[in-house]
Amino acid sequence: MTKMSGAKALIQSLENQKVDIIFGILGGAILPVYDALCDTKKIRHILARHEQGAAHAAEGYARASGRPGICMATSGPGATNLVTGIANAYMDSSPIIALTGQVPATGVNTSYMIGRDAFQEADIIGITTAITKANYQPRSVHEIPTIINTAFYVATTGRPGPVLVDLPKNVQADTAEVVFTDKIDARGYRPVKEPNLTAISQAADLLAKAERPIILAGGGTIISNASDELAKMSDMLMAPVATTFMGKGAFPECHPLSVGSIGMHGNPAANRLMGEADVLLAVGTRFSDRATANLNSFVPNAMKIHIDVDAAEIGKNIDVDVSVIGDAKIALQMLYTATEKNLQKEQNGSWAKRVREVKEKLNPLLKETPKDLNPKTLLTELRKLLPESAIVTTEVGQNQMWSALYFKALKPRSFISSGGLGTMGFGFPAAIGAKVACPDRPVVDIAGDGSFLMTEQELACSVAENIPVTVIVLNNSVLGMVAQWQRMLYKKRYMAVNLGKTPDFVKLAEAYGAQGIRVASIAEFQAAIKKALKSKVTTVIDVPIGSEEDVVPFVPPGCGLPQQMGDY
Amino acid sequence: MENPTNRVVSAIVENKPGVLHSVANLFRRRNFNIESITVGATELKELARITITVNADEKTLDQVVKQLAKLIDVVKVAELDPNSIVTRELALVKVNVPSVKERADIISCVHVFRGRVVDVSPDSLMVEITGTPDKIDAFLNLMKASGVIELARTGITALSRGASSINFDE
Repeated sequence: MTKMSGAKALIQSLENQKVDIIFGILGGAILPVYDALCDTKKIRHILARHEQGAAHAAEGYARASGRPGICMATSGPGATNLVTGIANAYMDSSPIIALTGQVPATGVNTSYMIGRDAFQEADIIGITTAITKANYQPRSVHEIPTIINTAFYVATTGRPGPVLVDLPKNVQADTAEVVFTDKIDARGYRPVKEPNLTAISQAADLLAKAERPIILAGGGTIISNASDELAKMSDMLMAPVATTFMGKGAFPECHPLSVGSIGMHGNPAANRLMGEADVLLAVGTRFSDRATANLNSFVPNAMKIHIDVDAAEIGKNIDVDVSVIGDAKIALQMLYTATEKNLQKEQNGSWAKRVREVKEKLNPLLKETPKDLNPKTLLTELRKLLPESAIVTTEVGQNQMWSALYFKALKPRSFISSGGLGTMGFGFPAAIGAKVACPDRPVVDIAGDGSFLMTEQELACSVAENIPVTVIVLNNSVLGMVAQWQRMLYKKRYMAVNLGKTPDFVKLAEAYGAQGIRVASIAEFQAAIKKALKSKVTTVIDVPIGSEEDVVPFVPPGCGLPQQMGDY
Repeated sequence: MENPTNRVVSAIVENKPGVLHSVANLFRRRNFNIESITVGATELKELARITITVNADEKTLDQVVKQLAKLIDVVKVAELDPNSIVTRELALVKVNVPSVKERADIISCVHVFRGRVVDVSPDSLMVEITGTPDKIDAFLNLMKASGVIELARTGITALSRGASSINFDE
């Protein structure tokens, strides 16, 4: 037992959890914690330039590494600026810990400050209740170690997600005898790891007899590091693997059995084959509306097996025939063994042939293909220029959907994007976080001009903290995705989508001390990427593209997966 | 689609600040309808029991229970089997008393319903009545003629019959 401040107890607890990085911005109500940071050599603090950037960076760190990402902010506006990042992590099931300062529970003239609308007070516990797995507010120093242990345990186990710990300033500053234990205080939280055997054998029966099985891999496959098990399963069943957008990277997209991602802007081959399958094995997916489109024509002919670690996802969006509740990796291992025994060997190869045929026939075509600098050519080229180890993040909008269609992800945790919340401005700070987690791998943010402008201030962070990443701005001077909707669904009545004269991204980069390159041809793009990959400083590559380029094919709202508009 | 009916969900939760907020917030956020909600102590002082009546079909009820179970501070949750449930609600009813004759009528009604008169004034009576929501509805219906001045109902609390329980086992 040692006497120490709450702030010191916090730092020590974080060190016990092997935290080495915190992304944050300080302020009055979190000063004692920053003071305690002076005395640790184990934790590097990275100063973001907006708290949203800190939260997204923590998520990029978490998704690239599989370890929890930490962000920190002061009370009030600092805490509320984290909210978008926390909501993003909640939707995409990313383990992040948000630490916030809070006004003191006790004040000079009052026994109680919280609740009196003190300076920079916001009820961040109330605000984040719906977007965190759990949140905590220690009221005395001795509670800190158990709360931090619990926060990490809850954030990283089961279906991961964000946890917020709100620290009243007096609790940071007070001193008390502190005991560090492994104690966790969450008896109501018992995540299931190993699935029920009956469910496994029912699923195995369906798979062993399947003639046209298809696997749909969601983000949960990546979170549970189940890619090897997924590949083995696909290989045994000769089943094509489609992914959700969040599942991109779970299965190498260069594999003959990969059919790309399904959904509103999914690969037409994936969307088509989903409709032809007789058994669907869905792994770690919540059947988001963007993935399934109209549920009436979603996998209409198949028996459905759903593996998920979160029991509440079973039956939430679609009814399934067999539900397997448990960790995807363990479930796939068990399912493999159970299926292998009963597998009907006489496969005539007609399904494999059909998969090949559909893949060859249905290829998304672009309107402006003759043009040199079009998204398809650029992103196909980018894949050739980047090593397999590269990590790609995206912003949100057309840049993101083009990336889904044309940039082949080859490894899990190498494609990081805001899937559920669709947060413009996510990609760049997430790239910074990913680079911090994996300093030896190149990290590239595929951006649009609109979304990059939402968090471009983090150029200051990346330059000052020596975190070099590459930003490719697909610059069309419009908010392209909504412009496309106005073009296709609102009779070209354009409203508020034209960005007019966007900043000169080369000068913008240079103003921050980063490198800016504008390209006018594919050859220049190739040269710019090569230069960026060697650069010791962040590079922004401005790539002008046509402003009326659509993301096609496209399943309009209300339609089913097979009803895709566009040429393919 | 089957018709939604009133179902009773019982949750054992940590007895600490913020828990009721997260439960109520969950219902609002997920679009579940709360018919009534009661919170009170259990046999263990660190745990509380929340009894929620929801108007839901089978699928929605399944989600209600699963989503509640996901909350970290919800230690245990289940639907109470409608065929094996004891539900009780308490109501305080302030009834208008226009005349001495009606006063006697009302008091005899109260006795039939096994209620109690807990306060008397020249023009009114306060009645305490306990029972199933149906019984209370029936009593209130009878009081309509005299006029109900004010009404406070607790919402229902419930337990399952027999030895079965949804208690937390360490």
